[in-house]
Amino acid sequence: MPGTINVLYFARLRDKIGLEAESVDLPDHVHTVGDLLRLIETRSDAHGDAFSDRASIRAAIDQQHAGLDAELGSAREVAFFPPMTGG
Amino acid sequence: MNEIIVQVDEMAPDGAALTARLTDAPDTEAGTNMGTGAVATFLGICRGEGGKLEALELQHYPGMAEAQLERIARQTLSSTGATAIAIHHRHGRVLPGEPIVAVVATSPHRKAAIEAVDTVMDYLKTDAPFWKRERWANGETSWVDAKPSDDAARAARADKH
Repeated sequence: MPGTINVLYFARLRDKIGLEAESVDLPDHVHTVGDLLRLIETRSDAHGDAFSDRASIRAAIDQQHAGLDAELGSAREVAFFPPMTGG
Repeated sequence: MNEIIVQVDEMAPDGAALTARLTDAPDTEAGTNMGTGAVATFLGICRGEGGKLEALELQHYPGMAEAQLERIARQTLSSTGATAIAIHHRHGRVLPGEPIVAVVATSPHRKAAIEAVDTVMDYLKTDAPFWKRERWANGETSWVDAKPSDDAARAARADKH
């Protein structure tokens, strides 16, 4: 379990939180993407607002799509973003 | 050997240029010496929305965007029998009428190439980390919402393949 992890935000989440990325210290009880989400959303009202609509949150671990139940393992980077709208 | 080209930058995708990069290489399977009989090109264009849209602003996840497009291309080569696939997706500011994405596929006969560009687009819509924001002529901006029909199209692909 890494001590700190780099967390990236995109699109609406980036606008609401006001950050492109931040470094987050991981407590021992944080094992999955969902654990990390629940930790981050308590950081500020803006974080809470950004994560309030759970159905529209997608995540990636080290640039691979990941579900909320995915284990962080030795991940260095986790990204949170809304459903993609490219093409 | 199958060939994949992935390009992500702020330049306007150019289907003809991508096609040339796939087919002007006679030593590859896609090259004309080796039996390419079909090239299918898809170009996605920024709609003007009746003159109300000033521009689209595309955000992307650098690194993951390229990796996902590469994965989608590789998976599509094996599922469709296309011999080569090129994808150029743009980020940054795109004006109405300008291209956003170009997908080119080659195959010995037409159906695999046509199927391949359609398949790439279905997966790209849901899996490639790009987000569109609309900048309206009245000064407002809005993030584009993902369409449930895109998820449905991807799920139908995944069932089929």
